[in-house]
Amino acid sequence: MRRMLPMIVMTIITATPVAAISNTADDKISFSAQRGKELWNEQFTVSGQPRSCATCHTADPRQPGKHARTRKLIKPMAPSVNPDRLIDQSKMDKWFKRNCKWTLGRVCTEQEKGDVLEYLKSF
Amino acid sequence: MKTLIFSTAALSLVGMLGFGLQGAWSDDDNMRARSTGVAPVTDPLYQEECGSCHFAYPPGLLPAASWQRMMIGLDDHFGDNAELDSQTLQRLNNYLAANAADSSKYRRSRAIMGSLQYTSTPPLRITETPYFSHEHREIPKRIINLPEVGSLSQCNACHQYAEKGSFSEDEIWIKGIGRWDD
Repeated sequence: MRRMLPMIVMTIITATPVAAISNTADDKISFSAQRGKELWNEQFTVSGQPRSCATCHTADPRQPGKHARTRKLIKPMAPSVNPDRLIDQSKMDKWFKRNCKWTLGRVCTEQEKGDVLEYLKSF
Repeated sequence: MKTLIFSTAALSLVGMLGFGLQGAWSDDDNMRARSTGVAPVTDPLYQEECGSCHFAYPPGLLPAASWQRMMIGLDDHFGDNAELDSQTLQRLNNYLAANAADSSKYRRSRAIMGSLQYTSTPPLRITETPYFSHEHREIPKRIINLPEVGSLSQCNACHQYAEKGSFSEDEIWIKGIGRWDD
């Protein structure tokens, strides 16, 4: 049982955000880690600059990243190595809004957000 | 000569006495104003919201009018999107207004305000205040361009006690360089 406990906790942690997102989106929507990975690495041009999620978070979400401008350390995004990730809905909403606008030049769709979350949880 | 030394000693003794008396009468803020630079950040919300992307600059480094200008443009915060929900924004605005340089007794806040007295537009950057420029005027480009530093906006790259609001020159420590004295 003691060995099972971390697994149960992880399942609860990682399952929460999708449940929360699908409540607000179309129930028929299905998310894909593969599409999330493609979006993560896709390069967009905003304000004449090439930008992607990987610009700050690196191509491997298990690795720490670095803020493009301030160089401040960003802890890994994959919940498997950083259990603090993807547990606070308002924090997720805040960062999706800011970072989608910076990276893509617009807000992300529910589909895109769900795909990225699937990708982050796939590690 | 002897008289001079004697009178200097006497004068400093009087000075020390005066300091001690004043210290005993004044409040805590006044006492700290002598030893440290700027009031350190005390609000966990400010620390979290501002400090997740960059060093959480103590509010006492800019006047309230500067913070006001900055906080209405968070969707383009020096090229980054730093939008906040209205409730968080309001709480941070209150904290900034109450702790800005114009309402602080701390030594460096006073110095920043003094240096801004002939400036009509409140600056958006701490690095634009005349006091800041003056204090950092002797730092060579090669130090600023070090990978561990990068720009003058990275207070804590050199000021090892910046988070405590302390910016004394003898506390400077630069990675790969060590102590710095200009």
